[in-house]
Amino acid sequence: MKLLNRTLIAAAVSTGMVGAASAKDLVVVSWGGAYTASQQNAYHAPYMAANPDINIVNDDSANGAVAKLRAMQEAGNVTWDLVDMVASDAILSCDEGLAIEIDHNAVLAPAPDGTPALEDFGDLVVSPCFIPQIVYSTTFGYRKDKVGDTPPTSINDVFDLAKYPGKRSLEKKPINNLEWALLADGVPADKIYEVLGTEEGVDQALAKLDTIKDEVIWWEKGAQTPQLLADGEVVMGSTYNGRLFSVIEEEKQPVGMMWDWQVYDLDGWVVPAGGKNEADVLEYLKFATDTQRLADQAKYISYGPARASSAPMVGKHESLGIDMAPHMPTAPDNASNTLLYNYEFWADNVDDLTEVFQAWLAN
Amino acid sequence: MALPAYAGTLETIWYYLFRFICALIFFFLIAPIVVIIPLSFNAVPFFTFTEKMLTLDPEGYSLRWYKDFFSNLNWQGAVKNSFIIAFFSTIIATFLGTLAALGLSRSEMPAKTWVMGILISPMIVPLIISAAGMFFFYTSIGLASTHVGVILAHAALSTPFVVITVTATLVGFDQSLIRASATLGANPTTTFFKVIVPLILPGVISGALFAFVTSFDEVVIVKFIGSYQQRTIPWAMFSGLRESISPTILAVATLLVLLSIGMLTTVELLRRRNEKLRGLSPG
Amino acid sequence: MSDAPLVTVDGTPLKVSLGRAKRKAKIRALLLVAPLFLFILLTFFIPIMSMLLRSVDNENVAYTLPNTADLLAEWDVDSGDLPDEAVFAALAADFKAATVSKEDDINATKVGTRFNYEKSGFRSMFRKTNKIFEKGGVEPPYKEAFIKINKRWGDADYWRVMQREMRGKTDSYYLAAVDSGYTDDGERAMNKPGKRIYLKLYGRTLGISLLITCICLLLAYPVAYLLSILKSRTSNLLMILVLLPFWTSLLVRTSAWIALLQKEGVINSVLVSIGVIDDANRLLMIHNATGTIIAMVHVLLPFMILPLYSVMKTIPPSYMRAARSLGATPFTAFTKVYMPNTVPGIGAGAILVFILAIGYYITPALVGGQSGTLISNEIARHLETSLNWGLAAALGALLLVAVFALYLVYDKIVGIDNMKLG
Repeated sequence: MKLLNRTLIAAAVSTGMVGAASAKDLVVVSWGGAYTASQQNAYHAPYMAANPDINIVNDDSANGAVAKLRAMQEAGNVTWDLVDMVASDAILSCDEGLAIEIDHNAVLAPAPDGTPALEDFGDLVVSPCFIPQIVYSTTFGYRKDKVGDTPPTSINDVFDLAKYPGKRSLEKKPINNLEWALLADGVPADKIYEVLGTEEGVDQALAKLDTIKDEVIWWEKGAQTPQLLADGEVVMGSTYNGRLFSVIEEEKQPVGMMWDWQVYDLDGWVVPAGGKNEADVLEYLKFATDTQRLADQAKYISYGPARASSAPMVGKHESLGIDMAPHMPTAPDNASNTLLYNYEFWADNVDDLTEVFQAWLAN
Repeated sequence: MALPAYAGTLETIWYYLFRFICALIFFFLIAPIVVIIPLSFNAVPFFTFTEKMLTLDPEGYSLRWYKDFFSNLNWQGAVKNSFIIAFFSTIIATFLGTLAALGLSRSEMPAKTWVMGILISPMIVPLIISAAGMFFFYTSIGLASTHVGVILAHAALSTPFVVITVTATLVGFDQSLIRASATLGANPTTTFFKVIVPLILPGVISGALFAFVTSFDEVVIVKFIGSYQQRTIPWAMFSGLRESISPTILAVATLLVLLSIGMLTTVELLRRRNEKLRGLSPG
Repeated sequence: MSDAPLVTVDGTPLKVSLGRAKRKAKIRALLLVAPLFLFILLTFFIPIMSMLLRSVDNENVAYTLPNTADLLAEWDVDSGDLPDEAVFAALAADFKAATVSKEDDINATKVGTRFNYEKSGFRSMFRKTNKIFEKGGVEPPYKEAFIKINKRWGDADYWRVMQREMRGKTDSYYLAAVDSGYTDDGERAMNKPGKRIYLKLYGRTLGISLLITCICLLLAYPVAYLLSILKSRTSNLLMILVLLPFWTSLLVRTSAWIALLQKEGVINSVLVSIGVIDDANRLLMIHNATGTIIAMVHVLLPFMILPLYSVMKTIPPSYMRAARSLGATPFTAFTKVYMPNTVPGIGAGAILVFILAIGYYITPALVGGQSGTLISNEIARHLETSLNWGLAAALGALLLVAVFALYLVYDKIVGIDNMKLG
């Protein structure tokens, strides 16, 4: 029994210690892995160095964060201080009152030349609760050694099994896939959502996807396509551009990028409503989303900073020493054909089209 | 059972064929567990045997995934959480489960089947449903994202195992022993510690081990009601398997296999001791 | 025999005294069970029940739009007209009240999200309208003003959905869970074939679970038989091969199968190196139903072997010998004498495996791919991603009913108190 008592005390002490730290903890929820690491390096570490009374705790539960946030709010017990979300989730959280609205110009730092924050972020502030950090894109990677001398250059190649036989990986969601299918089927980009708004349009997109359905591996996590490419399980696949960057440049796998009709999306911060350290978090955000910090993040991960004023300051990769600007999804060479995620269309139709898509998958 | 001397050709063939089939099934059961052990010493980040490994070239092997495991703070945090959560939930489950089993095995216990049915239900209800229910409920009482919440949830999940194992040891329990002890002048406390405890102890310990393993292996519930601060080994493995598959997972798996061998041995020894005590096997 | 009742030393009738002792013993038994019973009730039973209530709960709609709910009830849906100006005015009042309310539960866009489950388009319709009201609202006439914000306010089909879903309890989640819903005419009907998923998924879950149960039985039967007839030293040794997987973490076993089955995995590499298949045609054994079935059979096989073994152990070998000596062939002796005796073990193992299989989540999520995911995975998706918690609860309730029915069957065959482990 003595041993047991001692263990109990030891365990109680070791768990209690976390709460007993003298600095104030800010719980920041993000995606984990390389992404959290880039935030840690670019934002958290310098902020904590300058503000020793603040301790930033990383919680890598951004997957499914809206569900947890909603349950916390229902219960009136919000334990998070800041959450990293993709824009569509931020819009949803804002709609549901899960996040507080931000007065961007008052809370956030202006650009070095004095341009107010709202103007510096421009159109990327898609919701009053949303503070954009990065522009990322969902695009294609392919195995260089399995495509011969003619690497794929167009979205049509994804649907061309004769020219590029083999498995492809696509996300297990209607979003992006339906758009790409219509583009490959000859629908002009500016008509996509008009067509998708009709049942015939959805059928048309699914019919196009039917042509490659047997050759598709469906992914759910961003890391799956890079893994499948590295293992040679697929010849090409969609994923986030930053994941492909690390496969190509950091892991030196024989993988190439195909940027045609990449779909831009945004990722950024929301401040949960009912959080206990609102003032401290806003103070932190002023620092973490200023021009320099956003540019710094691009040293660690290849996503484009959301401020216009950060773009010219993007430098070299911290450890690889390569120039990061050409790897940004927004670089002119990469951005000849692009789509921007249509937040409004998908807010209305995601439930319905997900069901249609799931039913199509199951057939 | 040896092949009888009078067996015909057909029977002889069947005798060996049958053993061969059984051997294949045993192979199916054990091979996946055995195969991860050498794979975890792979020098390259793949899930398969390399040329060098097959030729037993020492260069094909390395301890790098074990080093990764022992130096990575994420894994170390997961190990610590797993042990803390499993330890406390085991204590709660064992205590409550043993008491209940003592009550349930009394012939006077009313509505036994119904009560047993409810007490066993955490084992039967699909995990995702338990997880969903606990997720909403524990969030509403402020226990989500805390160690206490996860410990209580795991304790609830593992009590059936304790109840079942302890009840099983009590099935052959001779109630007259208690009376005998009382007649000989022992008070109930003495009877409990000197007569009942030694008899049910093997069941309690194997129940506790089951409870420990249940918590140690559980991932659905901890993912729903825990947050990153409660991240356990299975959780880390689950996200590792869904995202980047590194052989570190195989190193962890190998260590866990060693742990389960230890547990299995303990339970088997206890079972035999129990049978011996109850005179069920010559020993 | 005398007529006087038997009494104890202190003079109380024996019957009373025995009854008292019995009651005392009963209370003692109850007290021992009570702590766990309460614990399970509080930490497990109540949480699940309250979660399941979400499958019918719809109180929030009328709570957020009280005035509209009152007036809309009187609107005749089949008249073909839109609701009149008074309803629009009530709606404006509700929107206005919602924007200034401090209560978390009163949120018009949340109601829009709720309606969007019934019909696409509600979400942006409520969002836009709410935004206008946050900025000050609209002036009468309200009907025109609303239609100007979003033309769907002029579509009677949307109003029909609103009128119907003002009720405090709804059946629409359960309808959705069985691939049905309300048509634009307000009738309950099956969804169009292109939108049916859940029934198929339940079917697949049951089908795969049944298949897994059958495979487990086929594999477990010979092994259990062998274990039961071998000398105890040998059988104890072989038993370790069954118990080790049983004690090994589910995630360890699933990772092992990923390592074995994937395209660049051990099995494919072996087959390629010995020339059975060529490099270009590696077998696809994972991220599909095959992967789920193989891995789950492995995980659940011990649950079949152990009950079968414990039943077979009790069948005296003399039964078979008697049958043989009476002239039965080995085959007849086995099928007519031995097998009927193992039925309780088959029943116990099969139902246990089946119950565990239909609720499985982890293994299908990791190795199931598209064709190998089960209903649990869909419930998880609605909980975590689509956030349609009502539907998740309805799907869960239906699954729970199936499990509970099997549980009762198990109780009939084996008896819950006879459950054994290891």
